Amino acid sequence: MTANKSEIRLSVQQVRKVYGAATRNEVEAVRSLTFDLHAGEFACLVGPSGSGKTTLLKCIAGLLDPTSGEVVLDSKHVSGPAEGMAVVFQEYSRSLFPWLSVEDNVELPLKTSGVPKAERKARVKEALEAVTLSHAAKSYPWQLSGGMQQRVAIARAVASNPSVLLMDEPFAAVDAQTRGELEDLVREVWKRLDMTILFVTHDIDESVYLAERVLVLSSSPTIVQADIHIDLPDVRSQADTRSLHRFGELRHQVYEEVQFAKTNPGGERMTAHDGLHA
Amino acid sequence: MIVLKRLGMWLGLPVILIGIWWAATAQGTNFFVPKPDKLATTFISVWFSEKFFTDVVPSMGRLLISLAVSLVLGVALGIAIGLSRTLRWLLEPLLEFIRAVPSTILIPVLLLLIGINDTMKITVIVLGCLWPVLLNTIEGVRSLDEVLKNTALVYRLRGFDRIRYLVLPGASPLIMAGIRHSLAVGLILLVVSEMFASTDGIGYSIINFQNRIAIPEMWSGIFLLGIIGVLLSVVFQAIQKRVLGWYYGLKEASNDG
Repeated sequence: MTANKSEIRLSVQQVRKVYGAATRNEVEAVRSLTFDLHAGEFACLVGPSGSGKTTLLKCIAGLLDPTSGEVVLDSKHVSGPAEGMAVVFQEYSRSLFPWLSVEDNVELPLKTSGVPKAERKARVKEALEAVTLSHAAKSYPWQLSGGMQQRVAIARAVASNPSVLLMDEPFAAVDAQTRGELEDLVREVWKRLDMTILFVTHDIDESVYLAERVLVLSSSPTIVQADIHIDLPDVRSQADTRSLHRFGELRHQVYEEVQFAKTNPGGERMTAHDGLHA
Repeated sequence: MIVLKRLGMWLGLPVILIGIWWAATAQGTNFFVPKPDKLATTFISVWFSEKFFTDVVPSMGRLLISLAVSLVLGVALGIAIGLSRTLRWLLEPLLEFIRAVPSTILIPVLLLLIGINDTMKITVIVLGCLWPVLLNTIEGVRSLDEVLKNTALVYRLRGFDRIRYLVLPGASPLIMAGIRHSLAVGLILLVVSEMFASTDGIGYSIINFQNRIAIPEMWSGIFLLGIIGVLLSVVFQAIQKRVLGWYYGLKEASNDG
């Protein structure tokens, strides 16, 4: 993968999603979302619950068709699940194939997309090493703890060498300690394999800790309400980074935006520049 | 020790029942109920003879062919119907109707249409065995996990790959339950179809012995069917354990959690 940082990997252009369009039960879930994701970027999407995060992610992944607007991956229009896109779902236990061993789970997408066997084996090995699960290659997913299962799902996603890795609240269902470990692991994998990641979460601390950039969504109907650059040091650790003064400031800033989003559907400001961005 | 204990649990109740039967018939002279020892010697002399090749082998052949046909047809049709909402909507009322008609009732009709031959018997058995496999396959395919289906979509599992790696294994617990049901139905239909119009087979032999008032011989045929039923079940469970190993592990793991 080339690391030209200015290259746009993923472009979301005025995506709008209306459920039950032209019926009485019409619900506008996403109003108009526009943002670009550059190569090598790690961005978090944060929003209050019910802000259409999952809907948006499904539109980007090609699992849902947007009502209007478009998603462009590597300069190609996305219609249906696209090559070059991998997804890690929140429900790890339901996202791994229980009838396949860990290594077979990681290998399957490579196998069905026709990667030669020798290369497949090498990539599976590398991916399992990246998530430190080489010792569990022959186990079945259900023999592993929740955190380990999610690491298998991450390994499967990175093994397919995606242009963009989408993660849908991947750590919402694991305990706090495991969660910290997995956060560090994702940053580690991101740097090691030079990935481009879009990470959806409702956890403000998590978004600030992980990302280089946090996009705050308004509540439904959704727009991008704020785009915050996270200028924390590149090397992060759970103990040190979270106690930095700057971390607190950024956390406060994102928190304020999310609070604002909760009370203002569609992200409309009462008055222009009411101080939140000052 | 564990093996002995399990064997004891397996054989315990049959041994007790045979004991009771023995005691009840010890001084009895009921013509229609043979004593256990008489039945055992009759069983050996009747079935360990050329009758094994002229009657047992043809019967088992019919049963196995019918089960194989039911399995292939049931799973193939079940996957097609389970994957297509339109097909399900079109076919489900019809399937319920056909399933409700007992296939034994079709024997006279099939006799006229097909004649007295193996095809007729196999048709009767398939018409009964197909339903548990077909309906369970449809249900298994329909109830595939949503997240797992999305995962398969995201990783672009299409066509045959999708069936091989997602649909078939995902539906396999229900498919196996359907096959288990089919085994029991198949054995019943085999005997019934052979009783109607046949010149060989276990069902034919039992009716023939009854007509000739060969009572212990008739009982020995019934006993043979019981043994075949047990053997089929043992073989099936061994296969099921292999095919669904992941499923039992998964269930155990989620019970622990």
